[in-house]
Amino acid sequence: MPLLLSLLLAAAPLATLPEPQAAPVEETAPVDWDREFGVVRKERDPVTGEIPLDPYPQSDANAGAAPFKGETMARAFGGQAGIRKITDRALDFSLLDPRIEAIFAEHDMVRLRRTLFEQVCFILSAGCHYSGREMKVAHKSLGTTRADLNALVEHLQQAMREAGVPFPAQNRLLAKLAPMDRTITER
Amino acid sequence: MVCSLAVLASTSPCAARQAITFDSGKLILTNGVTTIEGSGGGGLATWATISGMGTGRAVGVSAHVTGLELPDFRLDTHGLAIGIHDRVELAYARQNFNTRQAGAALGLGRGFQFNQDIFSAKVRLAGDLVYGPALLPQISVGAEHKRGLDGGLVRAVGARQSVGTDFTLSATKLFLGASILASATVRFTKANQFGLLGFGGDKNARRSMQFEGSLGLMLSPRLLVGGEWRTRPDNLAFACESDAKDLFAAWAISRRVTLTAAYVDVGSVATFAHQRGGLLSLQLAH
Ligand code: HEM
Repeated sequence: MPLLLSLLLAAAPLATLPEPQAAPVEETAPVDWDREFGVVRKERDPVTGEIPLDPYPQSDANAGAAPFKGETMARAFGGQAGIRKITDRALDFSLLDPRIEAIFAEHDMVRLRRTLFEQVCFILSAGCHYSGREMKVAHKSLGTTRADLNALVEHLQQAMREAGVPFPAQNRLLAKLAPMDRTITER
Repeated sequence: MVCSLAVLASTSPCAARQAITFDSGKLILTNGVTTIEGSGGGGLATWATISGMGTGRAVGVSAHVTGLELPDFRLDTHGLAIGIHDRVELAYARQNFNTRQAGAALGLGRGFQFNQDIFSAKVRLAGDLVYGPALLPQISVGAEHKRGLDGGLVRAVGARQSVGTDFTLSATKLFLGASILASATVRFTKANQFGLLGFGGDKNARRSMQFEGSLGLMLSPRLLVGGEWRTRPDNLAFACESDAKDLFAAWAISRRVTLTAAYVDVGSVATFAHQRGGLLSLQLAH
């Protein structure tokens, strides 16, 4: 286990983390539950900093929403650079929010930062493909609730507001995400 | 105490404990405000929303005070509402309708007050205000049981009863793509002036179907501006009753505090025409 920890730490600087505070929380966990339960974690890819997944069918359809037509929306969000700032910021806020922080901290945030960016970029037609999993598969057994989803939406709203995205455009993106609630949250 | 109550209410203590959780987890302002009848809605029009900030796994509560200042009258309401699992709303409101100078002219005495208690229940049948299929609204049915406290008087002006029950069917949706909130309600009612002048009348004693609608534009996550329209029966011979309408702004000062201001036109009230004035409502919700 100390070996794995040092591997993780060694991989961290290679990860393309825009914010330094997004370090893996394994460092601070008071109890090493992985060891308690004998969980074997995969090592992070030294190049991408992500924990590799078993192969799954990839398709833009996995993004769960049809992209906007035209460039208006992409422009309202400041193109790819603006979108990356917004999705990163929304995840930063989520990692600081005691209501939902634990759900995220347990998972590969390096990968989530990339895939969430890709998904939003794809939906806004800002020139990306989505390479992540289907929403249903990605959120399976996370146990997220409507309240968790609302918390994330509020963080996304704050990130969009900070980035100067006009309010009607913010809502047009949220309108694409809102129907996904059934695949993301548990009833 | 809370726990033992909960256990009594259910065979599963675990599920019961969940039933009394507060999560204050709704999106800001999506709990709506409180109507002058105490149910969740806009100001005049009932919405399909369930009061309180609780989501589907929690309980929410809200309290409101509202004042409506008209040229010849003043209506004050205050009340409490509970939302259970974003599914059931139970509410109580008290209406005090002050006739001021008009009271003297009507022979009631200056400043005479009509009072009414309103007990209401609403159940969400389907859909969601924000989430789910974009074209499926949140749909709720409700009942408002109104108990006027001035029975003799309202019968003297021609009303049949001082107690009555309205039934409502509401559909409400936040169309995010357009930043528009739309709501439509049909109400089956005998109420004269919301029930303040009793139920049924010498002109028409029976329940009729009325419409109430709200249309609002979201200007920010905390600010909704719009208008409402509410048709009303015209049951009493002594005075005609017209539609009520308003222009409103509802502002969530914070997650738990919403302030609503409106310009309200209730038309003619007890022979006094052109009753237009200002409404101010404060709602606290958790
Ligand atoms: C509309 C709302 C949401 C969208 C668009 C969204 C999008 C995504 C995307 C694109 C992924 C990556 C899929 C992949 O790795 O292949 C993901 C994973 C994840 N999401 Fe969400 N998500 C939403 C809501 C939520 C909420 C409310 C939570 C919890 C509070 C949450 C927690 C997570 C976690 C922990 C993962 C990583 C799962 C894993 O590593 O196995 N998501 N989400």
